[in-house]
Amino acid sequence: MPSIHLSINGRDYAVDANPQTSLLTVLREHLDLTGSKYGCGEGQCGACTVHIDGKAQRSCITRVSTVGRKQITTIEGLAKGEQLHPVQQAFLDAGAMQCAYCTSGMIMSSVALLQQNPAPRESEIIDFMDGNICRCGTYPRIVIAIQKAAKVMKESASAKGAGR
Amino acid sequence: MSDKFHAPIDLEPERYELSAAPIYRFDLDRREFFKFLGAGIFVVSVLKPVVAAQESGGRPRSHGESLPKEIDAWLHIGEDGKVTVYTGKVEMGQNIRTSLTQAVAEELHVPMDSIELVMGDTQLTPFDMGTFGSRTTPTMNLQLRKVAAAAREMLLDLAAAKWGVNRNGLTAANGKITDSGTKRSVDYASLTKGQQLTQTVGPDTALIPATNWRVAGESAPKVDGRDFVTGKHRYPSDQKQPDMLYGKIVRPAAFGATLLSVDTQKAEQMGATVVHDGNFVGVAAPSTEAAEAAALAIHAEWKADPQPSSKELFDYLRKNTTEGSDPTGDGDRYDVGAVDAALASADHRLQQTYTVSYIAHVPLEPRAALAKWDGDNLTVWTGTQRPFGVRGQLAEAFHMPEERVRVLMPDTGSGYGGKHTGETAIEAARLARAAKRPVKVVWTREEEFTWAYFRPAGVIDVTSGVCNDGTITAWEFHNYNSGSAGIRTYYEIPNQKIVFHETNSPLRQGSYRALAATANHFARESHMDELAHTVKMDSLEFRLKNLKDARLRAVFEAAAKQFGWGKSKAAPGQGFGMGGGYEKLGNIATFAEVNVDRKSGDVKIVRVVSAFECGAIVNPDNLRNQIEGSNVQGLGGALFEAIEFENGKILNGRLSRYRVPRFSDVPALETVLLDRKDIPSVGAGECPMIGLAPAIANAIFDAAGVRLRALPLVPNGLKAS
Repeated sequence: MPSIHLSINGRDYAVDANPQTSLLTVLREHLDLTGSKYGCGEGQCGACTVHIDGKAQRSCITRVSTVGRKQITTIEGLAKGEQLHPVQQAFLDAGAMQCAYCTSGMIMSSVALLQQNPAPRESEIIDFMDGNICRCGTYPRIVIAIQKAAKVMKESASAKGAGR
Repeated sequence: MSDKFHAPIDLEPERYELSAAPIYRFDLDRREFFKFLGAGIFVVSVLKPVVAAQESGGRPRSHGESLPKEIDAWLHIGEDGKVTVYTGKVEMGQNIRTSLTQAVAEELHVPMDSIELVMGDTQLTPFDMGTFGSRTTPTMNLQLRKVAAAAREMLLDLAAAKWGVNRNGLTAANGKITDSGTKRSVDYASLTKGQQLTQTVGPDTALIPATNWRVAGESAPKVDGRDFVTGKHRYPSDQKQPDMLYGKIVRPAAFGATLLSVDTQKAEQMGATVVHDGNFVGVAAPSTEAAEAAALAIHAEWKADPQPSSKELFDYLRKNTTEGSDPTGDGDRYDVGAVDAALASADHRLQQTYTVSYIAHVPLEPRAALAKWDGDNLTVWTGTQRPFGVRGQLAEAFHMPEERVRVLMPDTGSGYGGKHTGETAIEAARLARAAKRPVKVVWTREEEFTWAYFRPAGVIDVTSGVCNDGTITAWEFHNYNSGSAGIRTYYEIPNQKIVFHETNSPLRQGSYRALAATANHFARESHMDELAHTVKMDSLEFRLKNLKDARLRAVFEAAAKQFGWGKSKAAPGQGFGMGGGYEKLGNIATFAEVNVDRKSGDVKIVRVVSAFECGAIVNPDNLRNQIEGSNVQGLGGALFEAIEFENGKILNGRLSRYRVPRFSDVPALETVLLDRKDIPSVGAGECPMIGLAPAIANAIFDAAGVRLRALPLVPNGLKAS
């Protein structure tokens, strides 16, 4: 089987996998990065969401051969050491989970949203997040978590700006 | 409240919770425990015998005293002061790991982070029938509080003996005992060092009243929350073992099909382990991909009988009852007064039929199991609400004693009543036995939609009589198949006939969050609205006129106030409605505002107000989370979820064909909590769901004048009538 080179969370990996294999399967089975979840296998639920070059992608319908040298970020690569990403912290603070099986994908989608739109309106949050399913029904709390994170990230960005 | 529906029937499992395994008779060997747990203090809780009998699935027995005492939880404080609590309950998103930790922290006076809960491990935890029926809070929460309180009392005694003082001057706080006179203190670790003390919780263990709670009663963040936002937590589908293989099952062509022939040669040539055992055909291989390829290479021929379809479902259910056995002796029938005479003499008589479809649980984590054999001993990690039940199923499937089977349940990606059975565990174990290596089986979403079980569909006929002044005089209620949970009416009606009719369900069915209470409340609360319109009364006034129960009245009144019931419509297409009731010992009233666009048929749920009362509140934020979640999940069954099937096949068994609620479906949700510190805490995962569907149906009628009597209400929007 051909060796496929991947760059995940800032590390390089060589994986012996069929090029048709989904990125999700490679992450979970080959690399034991199980934070990305299987929910549907057809890109309908968002539990498998990762970033590919900063964009939210459904890893269950992404063939591993199509990724090339692009940078992959998974939920495992979001925190900086012990320091949670503001979105991760906001999900904890807002109690935006029950079983939390959707949480990895929700957080990855939320981070991608805030990267392209740092101050989304509620309707923009709902539009962007509509492809992620939380069967426990914590949607209103996830919206609040995203709003909280946006505020924190804006404050820390302006604090950095002021320090220059 | 009249006792007729507050009776202990609520502690009994529902028929669709599936049958219970025999209760585990545990021989407690004190030395064995300390060998395993280490020295320290060990406190055991036992269920009251009569409750144990009910929870085992039997009827309450008069000779309860002769039953053995059953252990349901234990707690250990080690020499390092670490508190470990063992319970057979499991965590799947209800956040009981957090609420039970709060209960222990409250009574034992230790910080929450010094407590570890070991849950749902059949080797380490006491027998538990399962985590369902909203029973963790009324039963296990109480038991753990007692265990922790007994441990606290033991520690007070130890400190008193150590110092040679009267224990009345001692107080427990923050993991320490302090002598208020001398101000000296000692931590729990120093007290437990070198001890081997056991105690059984007595009936008179003093608990801290809810009015004095400091930890319980407050919102606490999810225990281990950090592991969930970093992806570190390992769900059942994330488990792995060295040399593990991945399993795939070759599924029958239709429900109930029998295998005529199978050719496994190609799969074997591919190097897969292939098992053909009766109707079971499966493979195991070093990767999911290889297992899928091997499964696809197997040619199997199946024979299936013709089966009914969802189009003819409701006729089929009516015509296929299983009656004749003993309809009066099983609690499925309730008669009071003389219904026929009351109907004949009523000012108005109303007869209507309501239906509910089969729906799927769609737990976001599908069923998953990892099985490992060690000689004749089997260990299975799996997502199940009944680890002990699954242990029994494994023991039966492999003709082995339960003692040689261990089932562990890592905190799981939800269940909603859908994970009571052990088929995935059995599949993984069967493949692992053949492969002589550990095997993991994770169902695909399509398998989850097809080979699990469904919330029962049902037909409900209601016939009622009402006086011109709004007094209901007669109530006849027949439920075909959907179940008897919540079937009795809480309205004061002198003449009632209520019957549950069991049928031969065309699909495999089982437990589901709130069970039939959703169907029965949909029929009852819709019918109440229709009666209110019949006698031209306001819906709230009509309900309150026929309702004496103070707790239910309180939630209806609280929700009405928050909702602003009685206000006039701001625009055409706007509609208001309500539904509510009593289930699993909790009380709910739900008010909904909808907007109906008659041109497009679009129905938008704008706002939902819920008032809920479940006794003394343990964790307000988590309670709100559960109520919001019930409403969001409930939207699916109310508006658009339905399983379509034909001739033994599911037609819409994937997420692109089966719509579940998403962000854009969610209305403004407002929750009013009534905290009754004078009433024991009960569960909240199910009851809050039951008022939603009728509230929406009644609001749609208010908006558009169209009475919808089938769930889901508007799978394709509201068609012009």
